[in-house]
Amino acid sequence: MRVEPTADQEFFRQTTARFLEDQVPVATLRSLRDDPAGFDREYWRRGAELGWTSLLVSEEHGGGTISGEGLVDLGMIAYEFGRHAAPGPLVTTNVVAAALSDAGNDAHATTLGDLLSGSALATWCFGEAPPHDRLGDVALDVRVDGQDVVLNGAKRPVESAAQVEYLLVTGRTGSGLTQVLVPSDARGVSVEPMKTVDLTRRFGAITFDDVRVPVDALIGAVGQADEQVERQLQIALVLLSAEAVGAMQSAFDMTLEWAFQRYSFGRPLASYQELKHRFADMKSWLEAGHAICDAAAAAVRAATPDAAELASAAKAFVGEYGAELAQDCVQIHGGIGVTFDHDLHLFLRRITMNRAVCGTPADHRQRLATIVERRSTAA
Amino acid sequence: MSAVTAQGVATGDIEAFRLRARDWIRANLRPLSFQDVNTFWRGGLTDEEELALVERDREVQRMFYDAGLAGICVPREYGGQGLTPAHQRVLNEELAGYEYAVRLQLPTMVPCAAVLLEHGTEQQKHRHLPAILRGEEIWMQLLSEPSGGSDVAGALTSAVRDGDEWVLNGSKVWTTGAWWSDWALCLARTNWDVPKHRGLTVFMLPIEQPGIDVHRIEMLNGNREFCQEFLTDVRVPDSDRIGEVDDGWTVGTRWMFHERMALAGSPLVTRPRTGGRGPAQASELVAVARDAGHLDDAWSRDLIGEGHMLHLVNTELERRIGEAIASGHMSDQASSVARLFGGVVLNRLVTIPFEMAGATAGAWCDDDGATAGCGADFLVRQSSAIAGGTLEMARNVVSERVLGMPREQGFDRDVPFRDVPRGPSARD
Repeated sequence: MRVEPTADQEFFRQTTARFLEDQVPVATLRSLRDDPAGFDREYWRRGAELGWTSLLVSEEHGGGTISGEGLVDLGMIAYEFGRHAAPGPLVTTNVVAAALSDAGNDAHATTLGDLLSGSALATWCFGEAPPHDRLGDVALDVRVDGQDVVLNGAKRPVESAAQVEYLLVTGRTGSGLTQVLVPSDARGVSVEPMKTVDLTRRFGAITFDDVRVPVDALIGAVGQADEQVERQLQIALVLLSAEAVGAMQSAFDMTLEWAFQRYSFGRPLASYQELKHRFADMKSWLEAGHAICDAAAAAVRAATPDAAELASAAKAFVGEYGAELAQDCVQIHGGIGVTFDHDLHLFLRRITMNRAVCGTPADHRQRLATIVERRSTAA
Repeated sequence: MSAVTAQGVATGDIEAFRLRARDWIRANLRPLSFQDVNTFWRGGLTDEEELALVERDREVQRMFYDAGLAGICVPREYGGQGLTPAHQRVLNEELAGYEYAVRLQLPTMVPCAAVLLEHGTEQQKHRHLPAILRGEEIWMQLLSEPSGGSDVAGALTSAVRDGDEWVLNGSKVWTTGAWWSDWALCLARTNWDVPKHRGLTVFMLPIEQPGIDVHRIEMLNGNREFCQEFLTDVRVPDSDRIGEVDDGWTVGTRWMFHERMALAGSPLVTRPRTGGRGPAQASELVAVARDAGHLDDAWSRDLIGEGHMLHLVNTELERRIGEAIASGHMSDQASSVARLFGGVVLNRLVTIPFEMAGATAGAWCDDDGATAGCGADFLVRQSSAIAGGTLEMARNVVSERVLGMPREQGFDRDVPFRDVPRGPSARD
């Protein structure tokens, strides 16, 4: 979160923050634990009215931004999602909306309109099962057969796999990537629900068995979607990281308050130097998380040459240090911190989930090494 | 969005400044190699070589001055340019890969010139700031003492008034390059009968004089830049006092704030953003891995990625904190957040090449390339966690002053300084 957002951005952020406080307080989150979707459609539709789905979509397609920097604005919404451990497919819906808007294909105008209004949902099918689960490994096969496109393979974990109307599938055609927008009820699509650490996010493993859709379902050219996919990945990294920073902020604030309230041996936890020093370290990780996420959001928005490395640095840093922060918050809470009764786990769960998808910290460190090596060889 | 842009500096002005800086830098400065950078940190030069580099630094500073690029954020009346932190940042970005007046930045510009700017009299500022910006005066700080590095306000060096002069006695330590420096700020005790923070005064004095004995200290990597000074009946005119008598802690607080800002993106420092987004740091990690023969190993790529990640995050954190302090959105104490994180990151960035160098870290030949010397760097790794205030002190400041947690118990508050325990015998 920027230290100095514009007045418009701040108003926008607060509107969503108030909406989330009102609509999905902790008691509601807990009750959604056993809900098959993990969120209510009406909640999502009202969120869409607040602007959750339109920020990465061009004005000609019905979208628009607050500040002229759509991804920066959306990052603030993602931050609030994390701060409230809010339900709803914010990251994936926006990735798909951005992809459809960027592709500019009139064939998908209705779909895009439905995503914008919140009346339809879409998700991105990107990651795959082991041994193809490392970042960037895409094995799902896409081939063109006359006027059809045929998909074979599997994707997981796919967020809201059983809840959405549309699947943006990233597959491989020869040596290049191909993207296809597949209706989730297409013949040959089957979804197996997965167990997950997040309380309200749902994930599924999707199998594509000779799934056949018309060629106008293609998003971009066959075998030439690598740049598109990279762009989608960067957007996802920014949003996942911003959300995780929001969750870090809540876990930290909650634990800081606890340190002042909880007494042992006649003094507050906050008076122990050992704990004070750990809070200082956590504070530095938290501010660093804010800083790198803001930089990544601005760079990816403007598509600057360093966008890829800042996005990966954000994902790697927030994934690693966010998880450490959350676990140290648990430790400082003591036994209550590992119980379901306490609220701390809502944030630990979100941080853990976001750490795992779209590349782990280790994946992104490898990506950074490749970027750095390429540059130093070129220099 | 920077504070400066908020103050209404047009982006066009900044871009025009960037182009002017770029043209001048490329036409006048020598490209900087990793070896040059390493030489500065690792030492190992003869005194003659060192003095030659000092002279070159003075010359380069003078070139910046003549080109209208010295003291970007220093008011024009004191020889500066009266521009904004955004201009300084642009200059630092354009400097990437070029030489700069490395020995005139810390501690000369920050914290010394910064303290003069805030607390000096008009006469003091006119006398010294233009001279600093022309490269004629290199400053150092007589702050830490052998009796305690972190407990700065516990200074034992005394200043006793004698007419229009003060007489200073004591010892100071951890002064960078004192043997080739010109002037110093000095924190001294002027009153022993009040609590420690209320009996200090700040002075300025020339280093080369009979009462000051400069001893050089050898560090674990062979670097001999740090010094210890012994002050014996050093006479300082009252006109060289900075701030009020016994109010030295007001000056000292800002002094240490600027010292922390030196590591957190101070707008008074002219040096390449190491790399900014084209980091020398990262290239160096690649060079070490390549020269170690492990560039293609997953484990060494993991380390390169970690190092680059930390470098990028640290750069962005410095920017965030620096801007937030400048705009008043964070208190000065927040500089300790950047100091803490930066110290931990630098520490790790020394360990990573050491790790990649393998046995070469322990014993190396001159032609081992980038792996040579990684072991010696490792020996002095903790410097980044000690210099400029230890990380433990930074953690105290962050927890107590930023997060509002209870202060550590002290036995030096609200008692006359002369009664504060200073060792086992004093306590009995």
